[in-house]
Amino acid sequence: MSSIDNKQASTWFSSDNRRLIIQEYGIFLAFLLLAFILSLSNEYFLTPGNISNVLLQTSINGVLAIGMTFVILTRGIDLSVGSVVALAGIISASFATTSATAGISGGPYPFYVALAIGILVGLACGALVGLIVSRFAVPAFVATLGMLSAARGATLIYGGGKPVPALTPEFRWIGTGNILGIPMPVILLAIVFAVSWWVLTRTRYGRYIYAVGGNPHAAKTSGINVTRMKFSVYMISGSLSGLAGMMLSARTGSALPQAGIAYELDAIAAVVIGGTSLSGGVGRVTGTLIGALIIGVMNNGLDLMGIQSYYQQVLKGALIVGAVMLDQKRNHGL
Amino acid sequence: MQSLLKVEGLTKSFGGVAALRDGRFELDGGSVHALCGGNGAGKSTFLSILMGIHKRDGGKIWRRGTPVEFNSPAEALASGIAIIEQELSPVPHMTVAENIYLGREPSARFGGIDFKTMNRNAQALLDRLEFSIRANQYMMNLSVAQMQLVEIAKALSHDAEVIFMDEPTSAIGEKEAQQLFAAIARLKAEGKGVVYVSHRLSEIFQIADSYTVFRDGSYVGSGALADIDRRGLIRMIVGRELGEEYIKTNAPTDMTGFEVSNLTAPGKIEDISFAVRKGEIFGIYGLMGSGRTEIFNCLFGLDTPTTGEMRLGGQPISVSKPADAMQQGIAFVTEDRKVTGLNLSDSVRNNICLASLPEMSPAFTMRRHEEQAASRDMIAHFGIKAARDTMPVSGLSGGNQQKVVLGKWFLRKPKVLLLDEPTRGVDVGAKREIYRIICDFAADGGTVVMISSEIDEVLGMSDRILVMRGGRSAGIYAREETDAQALVHLST
Repeated sequence: MSSIDNKQASTWFSSDNRRLIIQEYGIFLAFLLLAFILSLSNEYFLTPGNISNVLLQTSINGVLAIGMTFVILTRGIDLSVGSVVALAGIISASFATTSATAGISGGPYPFYVALAIGILVGLACGALVGLIVSRFAVPAFVATLGMLSAARGATLIYGGGKPVPALTPEFRWIGTGNILGIPMPVILLAIVFAVSWWVLTRTRYGRYIYAVGGNPHAAKTSGINVTRMKFSVYMISGSLSGLAGMMLSARTGSALPQAGIAYELDAIAAVVIGGTSLSGGVGRVTGTLIGALIIGVMNNGLDLMGIQSYYQQVLKGALIVGAVMLDQKRNHGL
Repeated sequence: MQSLLKVEGLTKSFGGVAALRDGRFELDGGSVHALCGGNGAGKSTFLSILMGIHKRDGGKIWRRGTPVEFNSPAEALASGIAIIEQELSPVPHMTVAENIYLGREPSARFGGIDFKTMNRNAQALLDRLEFSIRANQYMMNLSVAQMQLVEIAKALSHDAEVIFMDEPTSAIGEKEAQQLFAAIARLKAEGKGVVYVSHRLSEIFQIADSYTVFRDGSYVGSGALADIDRRGLIRMIVGRELGEEYIKTNAPTDMTGFEVSNLTAPGKIEDISFAVRKGEIFGIYGLMGSGRTEIFNCLFGLDTPTTGEMRLGGQPISVSKPADAMQQGIAFVTEDRKVTGLNLSDSVRNNICLASLPEMSPAFTMRRHEEQAASRDMIAHFGIKAARDTMPVSGLSGGNQQKVVLGKWFLRKPKVLLLDEPTRGVDVGAKREIYRIICDFAADGGTVVMISSEIDEVLGMSDRILVMRGGRSAGIYAREETDAQALVHLST
């Protein structure tokens, strides 16, 4: 045991600050490097219009990935986010459409009613998953895989397989509007990020999340209600999926039943690239945001270079695996 | 006579920090050799080099007079060196025979495994060693002690001549330990060399013939155990005179502290009653599985007893979850700090504050200054050695980690301290400090209930001792009226 102690001690006690900086800010430096290379290779990349575009494209994945961070920090995973995006999107849209056939009677309702309903739908999906995971001890992978299928089915049933078109301009504003030139989705992402950062780093609840993910047994013996903590993170992820679903339908102007397919993969990718450990207890929401930005910037940059989207998927795959390989090397000195 | 294993001038450093400066060692056949030293003395580094996990920076190793170098555990094993590690890693869903012959199963036709031969060979080996284990049992159904015996059988199936055992008794009970010692004696009789690593000095004196002491990565001395006494050995390990091993500064008062009556949890414990006074250290002794930890789990709300009452200072209290117990001023230092005590991936500071968060932050937001101050106080109070309190707790030595767990609970200013094996895996120096902390707590009017499977510790620390046997109480004895033999007798 002492050899391991000494080994770890050496990295922590020694004044090897450079290593520490790379460890702490490596992901941020990688992001800057990527942006720098892209700005050299394409003069359009750093224009305000394109930056705004990248942020806009990142916002939905960013919101989902932040919710995913809470779940992964407690050793869980949420595969259902893409389907919940579609379900919350279509149900909320039915309250905000001017179409007589697709809408709820008496509609369109004010946009805040639709908004509240969308978030509640996400919350309810998350609560159901959370209950199954925390109370019935079903592995998160299985419970959320079930929800991935069930919520998608519910979306198709609800809309009869058809999209809900013609959303009211007020509702569309959360996807297309802007404040002082900043697009609404970007503002929403910023708010979600700021609140999550505060919760995870500055509050008791955040501390409990790390404790539950780091060592559930120790958390339990320290008086923490582990069941309730696990339950709550799926509600957070579900609610944020609901929000993301409305951001998506508001932007496109209609809610599609096939919306959000495979979104969970990008969200998990952002979390993993951002340095959060899938084994729980380690990670930061700042890393997740940068992870989402890296994916967004990469997609955008490759678009600008005129590289086919098929290649982008291959590169993204390599990026995810590469990021985790680096992480392993850093943490375990392989 | 040529020695089985000889090591001279072994050095190894990790990232510029020397873990081993001068490792020297000599093992004769047919003997048990104790390798002693505190945490950080370099024992584990020494073992990992001989196992082929780490490469040495310098020094020489001779195996029966031939210089050797190992690049992998397989090479070490091939030259007849086997190690029974502290944390065993069996394949639980395979049988004993499959585990023994893992990676070299006898083959049958068409590339299959000849299970019949394998089981027969394994059983023959187990029988020869007089281990009462069936070769076709699943590994997961064995006790930790039995798994160790399987590991020994596995080592012998490799024709190992040198067998290292790293803290083999840290997870098994007294009776099982005696069985292990019998197995070691058998190995010795067969002419093998056993290297025994343990913090428990009484065991070393019981089974070993000779000793080697490491301190701060260097060889300090070696010799025959017959020529040294316990005090002398401690002096070599610690590097200075320590005085009495157990210093008792507390004296029980007349005030009742913590009373438990008729505690029963079916299948675990039956009708347990005791009353501990303020200022008293109350020991609980028993074998693994005798229901010791189960008592604490019931008292702390981690398990639900069917009957039982608890009184604190005369007032009845009810506990249905850990938070209730904590509210009442009960603290529980759990058995295994890595499993239930610490969040290893988090910092020293956050671990110290973990159990006190509701009190330290009534309004949801954390009060960082209070946390900082609290962790500073605890680090100073317990003499925790950490570069800074934001470093991961996993980077501390075992003794310091244990002090972090104690700090976590002392921060709550408890009235009752439940200690489950408070000094397991902790070296002699740190043990002493932990005893001091416990005594100080009791001397200040605290109530202590302490589980320990180390007889010396129970006898040295406790004012009275409850002996557990098969989930029932075998009586409560004052420390003056009992001794080691009586305790072992009562507990088995």
